[in-house]
Amino acid sequence: MPRPGLPVIALVAAALVYPLVFGSPAAINVGVLILLFAALGTAWNLLGGYAGQISFGHAVFFGIGAYTSTVLLKEAGLSPWLGMLAGAALAALAAVLLGVPTFRLAGHYFAIATIVIGEIAHTVVRNLDAIGGARGLFLPILPTSLVNYQFHNSRLPYYGIAFGLYALALAATLMVERRRIGYYLRAIREDPTASRSVGVSVLQYKLAAAALSAALTAICGTFYAQYVLFIDSDSVFPLSLSILIALTAILGGAGRAYGPLLGAGVLVPLSEITRIAFGGTGRGADLVIYGALIVLISVAQPGGIAALGDALRRRLPQPA
Amino acid sequence: MTALLEIEGLTKHFGGVLANDNVSFGVAEGEILGLLGPNGAGKTTLFNCITGFLPPDRGRVRFAGVDVTGRSASRLARDGLVRTFQIVRVFPDLSALENVVIGALLRHGRVSAARRRALEVLEDVGLAARSNVRARDLTTAERKRLEVARALATDPRALLLDEAMSGLNPREVAEAVALVRRLREGGVTIVLVEHVLEVVMPLADRVVVLQEGRAIADATPAAVSRDPAVIEAYLGPQFIERA
Repeated sequence: MPRPGLPVIALVAAALVYPLVFGSPAAINVGVLILLFAALGTAWNLLGGYAGQISFGHAVFFGIGAYTSTVLLKEAGLSPWLGMLAGAALAALAAVLLGVPTFRLAGHYFAIATIVIGEIAHTVVRNLDAIGGARGLFLPILPTSLVNYQFHNSRLPYYGIAFGLYALALAATLMVERRRIGYYLRAIREDPTASRSVGVSVLQYKLAAAALSAALTAICGTFYAQYVLFIDSDSVFPLSLSILIALTAILGGAGRAYGPLLGAGVLVPLSEITRIAFGGTGRGADLVIYGALIVLISVAQPGGIAALGDALRRRLPQPA
Repeated sequence: MTALLEIEGLTKHFGGVLANDNVSFGVAEGEILGLLGPNGAGKTTLFNCITGFLPPDRGRVRFAGVDVTGRSASRLARDGLVRTFQIVRVFPDLSALENVVIGALLRHGRVSAARRRALEVLEDVGLAARSNVRARDLTTAERKRLEVARALATDPRALLLDEAMSGLNPREVAEAVALVRRLREGGVTIVLVEHVLEVVMPLADRVVVLQEGRAIADATPAAVSRDPAVIEAYLGPQFIERA
């Protein structure tokens, strides 16, 4: 197994150079979104890529993170950093409670269940007036400071935090990959029955992957709330967000540590371009493109962008 | 000698079909037991009930003196009762080594220790040279062998092999038979499901024959091959006189 040295060094260097080269607030914003979706895709990848449990409902955990820290900030004045931890814990708990019944379902049936759960959560939050209902929640504007998790003069601090989120998700993935749980999750993806036969507690490991994945996703939800300073059910709970999270990982390379970063590097600019090209009428256009990409990946290269290198190596003559 | 594995009155229905009807037998520690029967006799169902993949309707399974009826498959693997599958089930996109590491992780919490154990087992079963090949790219015989290796890496007390020899050519069968003998010498108790008599007869210490879900014979291979009930089950009643 190759050591992560080189990719990690390249990653840190690229992340440092990017804001120096592209200094405009719009470009920094794209950088923030790439890192945020790389983090989300990496979190999704633990459950969807390694354990093979395809979720189209991860917006639920994102929404739990965003709403938990925001409600605690507004109602109790609690620091968003503590709210972030509360959101992560709540999301992990939700993942376990939802996982116990849904992990009995195999393959497509599990994926369908996650869509249904996501839509239920979306509808419930839209109708829950106690937490803003359809009007959403504005975050209180506080002075710029790291403690307040708000920065009004520059987007660079957000860029730095987004990089931290991605680094956290990547570190979690690399730790999982090298340990027993990483082998067991891949075994479960490959063949749950055979996994049981060699002593793998399939449900227990799926729940562990789901809890970790949900907690990391919720942390990203808190970041989004602090970045945009307004949340509503349509921005943090929609199906399109769940699909984008999954697609980031699938396009880049499901079950590969660096895959989601590659996926985010393609998808986020693409989504920004369609937004600029189609303006307010372009809301459906990105979904059309996501759908087309899913078809293209499943037909042409199920391993995603990260697998292209492997495929290329196989085609070249092998050194003797 | 007390039995390592005891099956007592095991019964399993699928709707109106009686797959196992009050089956009882024991397997002594260090024994090679052949479980024979024509296709549809209930061998695989019995395996599934013993190894925790199906709950039996009635009856008990005892392993090492403990009643383990109804325990999950993964729990039984931890107890030391491990099976392979009739239709080979490897982890197709993982390498041969990774497949066996997953087995070895049951007793070795650290991946480095599990890797060492997995390499030993791959050497034992003659797959060391194929360690880095993806399981889906192995031959049928190699995949069957890999499945046995993955099971062995869990350090089982009893290994239940479901048609580990079917689909192999005569040379591969000879290698597999030699492997089973070596395993037993290493102290593993073995239950072999086969419907090919030629494989089981020279290998097994004792044979249990199933027919239509019932155990119709439980004796040495030589005695079983003379048993009129067994001959009738396999060949039909007209062959009894000539046997």
